[in-house]
Amino acid sequence: MEQLLGFAVPGIPYGCAYAVFAVGLVLTYQTTGVFNFGYGAQAYASAFVFAWLVDDHAWPTWAAFVCAVAILGPVLGLVFDRFLFRRIPSANSTAKVVTGLSLLVGIPALLPVVFGNGNLVGVPSVVFNPGTVYFHLGADVPVNGTYLSAVLFTVAMLVVVVLLLRTTHLGLEMRAAAESSRLLELEGVDAPRVTATAWAVSGLMAGIAGVLLAPTEVTVQAQDYVTLMVAAIAAAACAALRSMPIAALFGVLIGVVSLTAQGYLPTSSFWYSAVLPAFPFIVLVGALLFVPGLRRLGQATDPLSSVDPPLPPPAARARGREIDRIVRTGFWVLLFAFVVSMLTWMPPAWETVLNQGMAYSVVFLSVTFLTGTAGQLSLAQATLAGIAAFTAGQLAVHLGLDFLAGAVLGALAASLVAGLLAVASLRLRGLGLALMTLAAALLFDVAVFPAQAVSGGTGGLALEPHWLPLGLLSANGHDYFLLAFLVLVACVGAVRLVQRGTTGRFLAAMRGSELGAAGVGVDLAWQRVLAFVLSGALAGLGGTLLAIQQTVIAPGEFNYQLSLAFVVIVVTTGVGTVEGAIQAGIGLVVLEQLLQYAPGRLQGLAFVVFALGALTYAAHPEGIVELEKRRWTERAERVLSRRHRTPAPAVTGRS
Amino acid sequence: MSHDGRPALELDDVCAAYGPYRALFGVSFSVDKGAATALLGPNGAGKSTVARVVSGLLPASSGHVRVGGSDVTGKPPWAIARMGLSHVPEGRGVFDSLSVEENLVLSFRRRAGRRNLAASLERAYARFPLLAERRHHRAGTLSGGQQRLLSLAKVLVVPPGVLVADELSLGLAPGVVDDVYAALADVRASGTTLVVVEQQVDRALGLASSAVVLEHGSVAYFGPSSGARAVVAEVLERRSHPGVADRR
Repeated sequence: MEQLLGFAVPGIPYGCAYAVFAVGLVLTYQTTGVFNFGYGAQAYASAFVFAWLVDDHAWPTWAAFVCAVAILGPVLGLVFDRFLFRRIPSANSTAKVVTGLSLLVGIPALLPVVFGNGNLVGVPSVVFNPGTVYFHLGADVPVNGTYLSAVLFTVAMLVVVVLLLRTTHLGLEMRAAAESSRLLELEGVDAPRVTATAWAVSGLMAGIAGVLLAPTEVTVQAQDYVTLMVAAIAAAACAALRSMPIAALFGVLIGVVSLTAQGYLPTSSFWYSAVLPAFPFIVLVGALLFVPGLRRLGQATDPLSSVDPPLPPPAARARGREIDRIVRTGFWVLLFAFVVSMLTWMPPAWETVLNQGMAYSVVFLSVTFLTGTAGQLSLAQATLAGIAAFTAGQLAVHLGLDFLAGAVLGALAASLVAGLLAVASLRLRGLGLALMTLAAALLFDVAVFPAQAVSGGTGGLALEPHWLPLGLLSANGHDYFLLAFLVLVACVGAVRLVQRGTTGRFLAAMRGSELGAAGVGVDLAWQRVLAFVLSGALAGLGGTLLAIQQTVIAPGEFNYQLSLAFVVIVVTTGVGTVEGAIQAGIGLVVLEQLLQYAPGRLQGLAFVVFALGALTYAAHPEGIVELEKRRWTERAERVLSRRHRTPAPAVTGRS
Repeated sequence: MSHDGRPALELDDVCAAYGPYRALFGVSFSVDKGAATALLGPNGAGKSTVARVVSGLLPASSGHVRVGGSDVTGKPPWAIARMGLSHVPEGRGVFDSLSVEENLVLSFRRRAGRRNLAASLERAYARFPLLAERRHHRAGTLSGGQQRLLSLAKVLVVPPGVLVADELSLGLAPGVVDDVYAALADVRASGTTLVVVEQQVDRALGLASSAVVLEHGSVAYFGPSSGARAVVAEVLERRSHPGVADRR
């Protein structure tokens, strides 16, 4: 008993942190209808600014608290509402997920750009002195200030939030606004203001949580807040995003059980090294599989959503014959010029960059296929790429298999995993599916990729030159370029064929309306598994290409944050088309290379640029690059038709 | 609404569109204070769009909407609702996730005031005993007809100046439709100006003194309800023979 307490009590601050975040997530979902992935980023922003003011500028604690929490927190919430979530049509749940993700990716990358790269030390606890032992539980389990303030704060926040939501009229209006802002307006309530208030409250809660829980960690790092978010998501999912006390309870349980198990398990065991770190994700998977309330998650609740105009037709198919001919000719000329340049005068540094861009393009093709063609959102594409790379690597190590043959087998392995993932989440839609794939990605990150048998530890698996024909590895130049180019062309061709065939039409039907597709006899379950399998194979091929290019397969190259970034990047450049993937791949590496020439603090800006781009997704689901292309095409049409003095050709949608 | 003689609701050359898709082309009509007007027409003629433009859910792209003589064009729905216009939308018009009582509280607190809240609730429950039984159930668990009655309970207890009721009979059993129309007659008796959007022509014309018939987003008829039946038949005839409509 004494030993159990000794192990369990240190888990309380962690559990409380999870609980506070879980309550905040449920609060935001209940009052705004948005599952805010950006919540962790909001908390991090407040903690970062708080630490920056106290550490770097020697502000008094209370002044920094007012500035970073009482002001910055609600302001961030209001900005999110005013400029992002308010603009998303109420029925578009994918846009809500992607917008939240781009905040999660963008804000931590943006803060060092604004405030500088200080390594911020943790902040003092505001209520109790963290180091002081106040009393003992049992005979000799010390309870210090950190534990006391964590518990006190968690309970206080839970009580305040539950009272606000369940007993006040504002709470009632907030819950109504979350279901249908328009219906509430018909009652004569200024619903936009109610929603803005809800966002301000949510932002304030995030800020308080971020700063008061910062003392748990030694330094203020974005990574910690994202990990915290995932455990909190698991706890919130256990409560079906509905009951805040249950969410809090599960949050505390996850923290306490983790730490207790950590105490009892032998440190060398598989359970300690692999299962324990994955515990929150296992809880999340379990909740997604077994909590029935989560299956309807993210479905539109607004009966008046038909007031929003329908989505615009696909952009690329809206050009006349003359423009079409010019564009097609231009494309072949550019392609020829690109290949010739790569083989002749391109400086080696840039050739390497563009090679990498092509490998990324193949991975991104898996995203455009899955999201753009099939309408499914996966947050595990980098993981699938990693599975293929490690499979190919291990086959080469153990069986002496040629890496290119291994790449094909690796792609098969990735598509198998993707298929299993799809089968496991057949009952989930939209947000539920996104969370399931996120949980899978995290499981692989902590439990599989770091394992000695998979990656050979954190250093990663180095590729040996003799695994590859033609000296592909050593040159990293023309030979690699030809390989990557061929793979990319083959993948693009394959995707185009699938899109134009029966499967493509079934998938397009499913994307348009699951109900309608099922009504005309499309087997939704099978189509979804098929989409995941094909997308897994694409991601796998891309992953092995990346591995060859980088010569080392490191676990960090395929982590879940990259998966999130992948979705954000592809959505920015155009998720609906094959070209979108190539624009994304080349755009990412070129931007990163250009930022090399910029001052050091701007290094992380590439993700910020894409995150900003993704924020336009709500208004333009086809991606801003696609949008601009359509605008320019229309402009050219006008010029041409003026010159010929004939009316512009009728715009027809072919795809 | 103090200016007598001014219509309670007036549409003046209103056009509206959903994104690039135009739905209304210069709709004009007016409803006198205390009168009841039926808004008729086939599917897709723009009836619900007229209701949405009136309540501000969909902004008019041109033209003017006046409630009690004052221009409400471009105002947000909540501001129009506070001027005494109530819109019961088509299909589900209640908050699924809230309880029956919470739905009523949400409505009464604003329109009857905090002090009259308890009295208003009692009157609603007295008029619809079924709602009293279900007061703590989630509104989403009510049947379609019960949800419609819940919507009507809100306007019946605190009658608005103008009520726009969109397809109240849609998908309901005939007996339930009788209940709904009995409630509508009560609302009218309390002095509320009614605009009833309806597919069941006989039901609507039995209640209304004047009628507007819409066809392809334009007004095909506006006048006393006695003349509407022939126009509706004509419009439906044109719809089933599209070639005839083109020669018009």
